[in-house]
Amino acid sequence: MPAPIRLRELIRTIRTARTQAEEREMIQKECAAIRSSFREEDNTYRCRNVAKLLYMHMLGYPAHFGQLECLKLIASQKFTDKRIGYLGAMLLLDERQDVHLLMTNCIKNDLNHSTQYVQGLALCTLGCMGSSEMCRDLAGEVEKLLKTSNSYLRKKAALCAVHVIRKVPELMEMFLPATKNLLSEKNHGVLHTSVVLLTEMCERSPDMLLHFRKVCLLVPQLVRILKNLIMSGYSPEHDVSGISDPFLQVRILRLLRILGRSDDDSSEAMNDILAQVATNTETSKNVGNAILYETVLTIMDIKSESGLRVLAINILGRFLLNNDKNIRYVALTSLLKTVQTDHNAVQRHRSTIVDCLKDLDVSIKRRAMELSFALVNGNNIRGMMKELLYFLDSCDPEFKADCASGVFLAAEKYAPSKRWHIDTIMRVLTTAGSYVRDDSVPNLIQLITNSVEMHAYTVQRLYKALLDDISQQPLVQVSSWCIGEYGDLLVSGQCEEEEPIQVTEDEVLDVLEGLLVSNLSTPVTRGYSLTAIMKLSTRFSSVNRIKKVVSIYSSSIDVELQQRAVEYNALFKKYDHMRPALLERMPIMEKTASNGPTEIMQTNGETEPSVPDTKHLPLVTQPANQANDLLDLLGGNDVVPVIQTTLPTKPASAGGELLDLLGDLSLSGGLAPAPSVPVSQPPFLLDGLSSQPLFNDTSAAIPPMTAYSKNGLKIEFTFERANPNPNIAVITIHATNTTEADMTEFVFQAAVPKTFQLQLLSPSSNIVPALNQGSVTQVIRVLNPQKQQLRMRVKLTYTHKGSPVQDLAEVNNFPPQSWQ
Amino acid sequence: MQFMLLFSRQGKLRLQKWYVPLSDKERKKISRDLVQTILARKPKMCSFLEWRDLKIVYKRYASLYFCCAVEDQDNELITLEIIHRYVELLDKYFGSVCELDIIFNFEKAYFILDEFLLGGEAQETSKKNVLKAIEQADLLQEVRLLTDP
Repeated sequence: MPAPIRLRELIRTIRTARTQAEEREMIQKECAAIRSSFREEDNTYRCRNVAKLLYMHMLGYPAHFGQLECLKLIASQKFTDKRIGYLGAMLLLDERQDVHLLMTNCIKNDLNHSTQYVQGLALCTLGCMGSSEMCRDLAGEVEKLLKTSNSYLRKKAALCAVHVIRKVPELMEMFLPATKNLLSEKNHGVLHTSVVLLTEMCERSPDMLLHFRKVCLLVPQLVRILKNLIMSGYSPEHDVSGISDPFLQVRILRLLRILGRSDDDSSEAMNDILAQVATNTETSKNVGNAILYETVLTIMDIKSESGLRVLAINILGRFLLNNDKNIRYVALTSLLKTVQTDHNAVQRHRSTIVDCLKDLDVSIKRRAMELSFALVNGNNIRGMMKELLYFLDSCDPEFKADCASGVFLAAEKYAPSKRWHIDTIMRVLTTAGSYVRDDSVPNLIQLITNSVEMHAYTVQRLYKALLDDISQQPLVQVSSWCIGEYGDLLVSGQCEEEEPIQVTEDEVLDVLEGLLVSNLSTPVTRGYSLTAIMKLSTRFSSVNRIKKVVSIYSSSIDVELQQRAVEYNALFKKYDHMRPALLERMPIMEKTASNGPTEIMQTNGETEPSVPDTKHLPLVTQPANQANDLLDLLGGNDVVPVIQTTLPTKPASAGGELLDLLGDLSLSGGLAPAPSVPVSQPPFLLDGLSSQPLFNDTSAAIPPMTAYSKNGLKIEFTFERANPNPNIAVITIHATNTTEADMTEFVFQAAVPKTFQLQLLSPSSNIVPALNQGSVTQVIRVLNPQKQQLRMRVKLTYTHKGSPVQDLAEVNNFPPQSWQ
Repeated sequence: MQFMLLFSRQGKLRLQKWYVPLSDKERKKISRDLVQTILARKPKMCSFLEWRDLKIVYKRYASLYFCCAVEDQDNELITLEIIHRYVELLDKYFGSVCELDIIFNFEKAYFILDEFLLGGEAQETSKKNVLKAIEQADLLQEVRLLTDP
């Protein structure tokens, strides 16, 4: 068989291949030749073949069949074989394969070889890829070599020990004795690797750290070595651009950092040398700056005195002005780490940091942005925000979401005025509107609601923004919500903050309808705009148009839209009397942590049937201190008090005022939101029992009375005493109708004086049939603890022959037995 | 250091030194992706980037990119010096080194690297000492048989 071709020749040949396919063919041919050569157990050319295999492996071709051959090479007595064999092992073997364990014995032998370069190969391989098992087996050999006087081997053994410790941390202890006089070496290689070893040990074990700090007094030793490096004259062997062994200096500084961390004494001991390095190091080349960088990191991490810290931050400040962008990058990273602890010192460099926002490099921009947000405070908010908003305009899309969130957060914390805050939000929404996070929308809505005096201004600006651009969904959503809420302010042309625009109701509705049909709108946005249109039905006069839109969407393919439209339709048709109350202005919202977008949608002034709990809860929430004054409608789950008055002109207060039929009969005040829309017939609590007395009462019957009789409607009261509590009077009302037409949507409400408490249960129905064909009954329970004279005010509403009727009356003719 | 890669402007790997245990497949994937990322960067950009959860330091010398992945606590600026030192060593050894030297003598490039770094850390900070060791080792290749221990 002819001799296998040489490595260089193979490389040359393969490089002549013009296509991938040609190359593959050559490779396959050569691999076949190599395989047969391996099979022949050819010692002479094994080395050459493995070398070629390694080349092909680097090109990306499989070479696993050469693994065992590497092991054979390692075992050979030729240095060339060993060199290639170890190289092959490092490239082709990894510790997951059991094959690598076969190396252990060879390495052990080679660690004890008479030739230091062979020992070196073994140490290098072990230190690069030794598995935990190998490390366990060979740690002793490494430890032995760590104590040798041969500096060539000693330095390698030190780094090999580092690897062993990383793989098998429990073995750390055994290397401790050998570290005793490592630092008294003159050889820089040994010094450097020893410092790395000591660093590894100190980082891994707090006990070791204490030992080195207190017992071995490492800090003074390191300080001395560092001082020598700086003070000594020119040493050509270790010089880099006029600095003596920068690699060693950096490693020493790093070890000093670990030793000085949270230890006053150590920190003090290194104070001088740090100041010296910080002030004397040449900064014209990268080397000098590398050392300064490490020095700064150390100063900031140990317990340094404030003068030193200021020195460090000023170094970083100078870094920021350096032409070299790598230096700027490093400075920004470090400043980000220190901005929390040394805030004021970093603030001094704020303008330079802000300039870095304009840098071309992405990493620098990101860091500058993070740092800028960290530096924003009440004093610099206006200036900083100007820069940050400018940045938001021009930055890459990958930054926009984070920047927008940062702007919102900063604005919330430090806004100098509400107007400024709203303007800032507007700016973000219009420039980066599509990158704004989903949860910002409800947060912004809440913010806008709470800035009561800015409503007109806000809705005007949002409307104008919508006219320009409807593609950014968060902007569109917030705008539609606001238009729905404050549309009346928009068309009324009142705006104090800026020139009010003249816009008609139809124009506003055009815009909202445009959102519904636009391809750019997401389903969520469409939901927002439909609801907004609906809300405007109580604020605008063009109700018919709105009705039309709503009814169109009740057959929409989008289930969500369809459902809403159907419900709104129902609102128009059956529950029109409730519509104003339901669609009222939102009260100021409490900010809760869990306020997600869906919650806002539900408390939007109208209702969703997906709140089944309210069927069992009191419909109208009641501040406790008003319980005695106001109408108590507990229990009546389908009776919704309705105010047939003009729209409230002020937003409702947080508690919500309830229907107050007493005293001055003020009927203004809004309702607390979320009564449920009855979608089906309410369950009758007292179904079938309406004409029966609730309680068995054999005591003297109290005569019934006629409480009201007018326009054909007659209401009679019958009484029972509640057992066991004699203070409770149970009144059943019977409503009858002598006219020829039914009285539909009949609602009976009652109020009692302060000292009483009243409970109204469900009525039997809402329809009082014509011509006395039936009656509506309802139970009232009155608690009269002070046994005062019972008085009552009643309010009746119903629809008769198509027109709504409402009446109020006082009932004073209660029989004495009912309250005594 | 976790690994060092040398690659050409066309994305061809010229040297790969791994200091962390990873399978061949994983290595290939990382190399491919990282090389793409770096080749996509513009010349004016800085030499450092965050990539997956690694800190990457890279520098271009003529037609070759030298790229290292370092640990969080490592000093990026000194890593640039490490890369530069390695280039100087190659330059001294080959005499005005160019990419072709590294292609045709890749095993020598590895040997030099292994005399300069061990386990990802610098073992020798003197240029002279590294080159001396390589020289001696090269001489040893000429010897027919090593004496047994």
